[in-house]
Amino acid sequence: MSLLKVEGLSKHYEGRDGIFDRITGREKTVVRAVNDIDLTVEKGEILGLIGESGCGKSTLGRAILRLHEPTKGRVTFDGAEVTALDPAQMKAMRRRMQIIFQDPYASLNPRRTVAEIVGLPLRLHGLAKTDAEAREKVAAICARVGLKPGQLDRYPHQFSGGQRQRIGIARALVSHPEFIVCDEPVSALDVSIQAQIIALLLELKREMGLTYLFISHDISVIGYLADRVAVMYLGEIVEMGPVEEVLANPRHPYTQSLMSAVPEVDHAGRRKRVRLTGDLPSPLRPPSGCKFHTRCPLATDACGKIVPKTETVGPGHTAACLRLAENLSLLEEVPA
Amino acid sequence: MTMTADTPVASESIFRRNLSNFAANRLAMACALIVVLFAVMAVFAPWIAPHDPNETDLFRRLQPPAWIAGGEWSFLLGCDALGRDILSRIIYGARISIFIGLAVIFVATTVGILAGLAAGYLRGWVDILISRLVDILLGFPYLIFAIGLMAMMGPGLWNIILALAYKEWVIPARVVRGETLVTRELEYVEAARALGASRWHIMLREILPNVLSPVIVVATIRMAHVIILEASLSFLGLGVQPPTASWGSMVSDGRAFILEAWWVSTFPGLAILLLVLAINVTSQGLRDAFDPRFSE
Amino acid sequence: MKDALLEVRGLRTVFETRAGRVCAVDGVDVEVRRGECLGIVGESGSGKSVTFSSVMGLVKSPGHIESGTVVFDGRDLRGLTPREMRAVRGRDIAMTMQDALTALNPALTVGEQIAEVLEAHDETLPARGAARRTAIRNTSVEMLGLVGIPSAETRLKQYPHEFSGGMRQRIMIAIALACRPKLLIADEPTTALDVTIQAQVLELISDIRARLGMSVALITHDLGVVAEHCDRVMVMYAGQVVEEGPTAEVIGAPKHPYTQGLLASIPRPGLRGQPIHPIEGQVPDLIGLPPQCRFYSRCAHRRDACLTPVEMRQAGPQRRARCILIGEDEA
Ligand SMILES: Nc1ncnc2c1ncn2[C@@H]1O[C@H](COP(=O)(O)OP(=O)(O)OP(=O)(O)O)[C@@H](O)[C@H]1O
Ligand SMILES: Nc1ncnc2c1ncn2[C@@H]1O[C@H](COP(=O)(O)OP(=O)(O)OP(=O)(O)O)[C@@H](O)[C@H]1O
Ligand SMILES: [Mg+2]
Ligand SMILES: [Mg+2]
Repeated sequence: MSLLKVEGLSKHYEGRDGIFDRITGREKTVVRAVNDIDLTVEKGEILGLIGESGCGKSTLGRAILRLHEPTKGRVTFDGAEVTALDPAQMKAMRRRMQIIFQDPYASLNPRRTVAEIVGLPLRLHGLAKTDAEAREKVAAICARVGLKPGQLDRYPHQFSGGQRQRIGIARALVSHPEFIVCDEPVSALDVSIQAQIIALLLELKREMGLTYLFISHDISVIGYLADRVAVMYLGEIVEMGPVEEVLANPRHPYTQSLMSAVPEVDHAGRRKRVRLTGDLPSPLRPPSGCKFHTRCPLATDACGKIVPKTETVGPGHTAACLRLAENLSLLEEVPA
Repeated sequence: MTMTADTPVASESIFRRNLSNFAANRLAMACALIVVLFAVMAVFAPWIAPHDPNETDLFRRLQPPAWIAGGEWSFLLGCDALGRDILSRIIYGARISIFIGLAVIFVATTVGILAGLAAGYLRGWVDILISRLVDILLGFPYLIFAIGLMAMMGPGLWNIILALAYKEWVIPARVVRGETLVTRELEYVEAARALGASRWHIMLREILPNVLSPVIVVATIRMAHVIILEASLSFLGLGVQPPTASWGSMVSDGRAFILEAWWVSTFPGLAILLLVLAINVTSQGLRDAFDPRFSE
Repeated sequence: MKDALLEVRGLRTVFETRAGRVCAVDGVDVEVRRGECLGIVGESGSGKSVTFSSVMGLVKSPGHIESGTVVFDGRDLRGLTPREMRAVRGRDIAMTMQDALTALNPALTVGEQIAEVLEAHDETLPARGAARRTAIRNTSVEMLGLVGIPSAETRLKQYPHEFSGGMRQRIMIAIALACRPKLLIADEPTTALDVTIQAQVLELISDIRARLGMSVALITHDLGVVAEHCDRVMVMYAGQVVEEGPTAEVIGAPKHPYTQGLLASIPRPGLRGQPIHPIEGQVPDLIGLPPQCRFYSRCAHRRDACLTPVEMRQAGPQRRARCILIGEDEA
């Protein structure tokens, strides 16, 4: 049985309708940030979630943890239906499901010391009987993520971005969770620091038997560390499968163009380029039919009308595109 | 600026860093000192005041200040129409002004913080309720309603405090609500929720400490305002009742003799001016020190 | 070298802060040749932006240039009066700022902002009147078309907030290009953008460079971007240049341990399952740096000889690096 199962999950943000809107009878604005998503995460694996800014990655991660209450759908964790838990049960569940945030500056309370920040989960869940025991546990996890004992009583602003991210990791891990949503934990960091944090997250996963939902917009990061990958576009998953398989044989034109857009050190100038025109459409007014059709070089008239179904294209590999059967590849179409 | 692990930095909270910023501002420090002097004066009035503030002496009626012919050095600022020592009355009057100012600000800030936090964090109907109430109260002319309330409730120290605090809380409430709306979206608040923290924990322990700086600044600015309002009420005879000395009523008492005995109104008026000015400059300094745009 | 458009020698820019003297740029040499694209990479705080703000004469207080020469197209820029310098900025050298969101004036339409630059610098415009306005409008429309913004006529009347992040970045480039500068300095033009939009913007810059024959200095922290778009690259670390040379050579066979570490830090799908080897530690504080190799504390090859100041050494016909190992290689 999968550790985490997400079925038909949607999160829509409703715009505030002012009195003026009500009088004029204008419709409420609804941002369909996450739309009808199905996915599973097996115990011990890393599911990578990739997509452009604003496509709903963070919203999905937060809806799974019920940090933002889902609009529709069901989340099941280790047999328990998370979306049906009452507040007390949910609090207990929070100990087992954690999150690491993207912004190492905004995610730590500037007025609390490291010891207080990392010790908070212990206090909230009564995981340490005495202050001394709490302090000991905090010191142990901080040492594990690479902070020095002398730094425990400092405030976040006294640390660099990479060290702050370590504090965030320590806070997420101190209560020994099983599942962690990593919401772009390395995007704000410099390359050399990014590598340190990736290495740390992988070590911790092995040692503590963790499961990650790893959100990123960097296909090389996902390609390096994830077991499976889900590609998101405008609130929907357009392709999902084992990382090697998806990277070697991307079937959705969006995945293909995403891959060709990444500047890579190794293949400079030797890769075929797909030129995507236009910007990401607004989730306020998503395009009809296939949401990618406004930017897709392969789009036909039908793509603007019919919503493609998710089809299996290989072992564990699914994609949603009307022209899957034609086996087209943008990567081959453009001359080298 | 980022600091590296190897830099030895003393553990220093943002709050303390802000305070040291404030200390660097000479003018604000001088004004803070004046405020403190007034406070000391109020607390130790019985020891400092040269005379009993309510002791009348008809022989000293409208006696001028010491440096004017007919004055005495033991009655430095002269006497009022009942022959009471103006300096002593100003010293005792500071008690009323500062006590009422502090009490009103304390009540208003406490209520305002709670209302603002609840509205900003809980949103929904709580927010609608509080925000509407704030809008309605803001529509009331402050002094006129305070006068009405005083007329209704009758005079008395606590009634004055109520009459001034009834609307004063609106100001910290709006500040806190605005700051809370911003802060609640920050990731560390989200992190606390992800860890299973309750609403109370988040409001009081995560959000409150981070919205406190602007509230402190606003509270000092408003303190000056409340002191003026109290003086206005007393001036109109609706404040503390005679013979208790209050700066406002002292100015009012001297009105009738402003031509022949200017000192009766002028010195309490100057006291109001000096204290209000000092508080305002202090709060300016606080704002500069606490506003992240001014500190590094 | 003979065809250098911009030649900076021994540039030192310092900031006097409360915590102490920050030497943000310390003895940097830069050379941008005619028609080439020079990439400048380095971690946050390594002095990339300050170097080029110094070139533009735009270092803000508490910072100032302490020493060094800046020669552009045969002219010594540091000897110019502020007025002459203003004429150079925008007309000869243009810079797009790191943050497109705040660098555009939110109160002016895009058209007004392009017109402003043209008014200030374009001497070919008719003197006044309707002809001048028409000329400005035509150039503006042409510029927006050049950066790939459709229906330019209507777009000119819109305000920055009505554009997406990628479009704002392109508008910044359009403004920078309005007077056809000889050198475009693009400070992290794509850092905040998505990969698909990033690809569009970078291709746009390469494209325009080829068409207008201008030189580009591209500041970035992404070695992938450098690999695909730059002829030569300059790696900065803690206020100094540590390595420089033709892109393919530097990326193919990096000489400086920092460049090596940087390349080894990039996660690659091809290395799945193998551990990555990040550079341990972090960038040193720029205040009170000892006179030694700045990478010393993080370097795997460190030795006592590194505790003295290390100068740039010739590491090949076109390559230089700041490491004592360079000479030893051949020996
Ligand atoms: N609290 C909110 N209220 C209204 N709309 C929101 C809210 N949070 C997110 N959105 C909208 O939902 C969409 C998805 O946002 P989300 O933050 O999930 O994107 P993302 O994929 O995480 O992007 P990024 O890579 O920039 O972090 C966006 O259009 C965003 O504007
Ligand atoms: N106004 C300033 N006051 C003090 N120090 C400054 C100032 N501006 C820059 N610095 C210092 O100069 C150094 C170099 O800054 P610079 O902005 O050039 O870095 P960068 O390489 O462009 O980094 P990034 O990738 O973050 O843009 C930094 O360490 C910074 O601390
Ligand atoms: Mg996000
Ligand atoms: Mg910069």
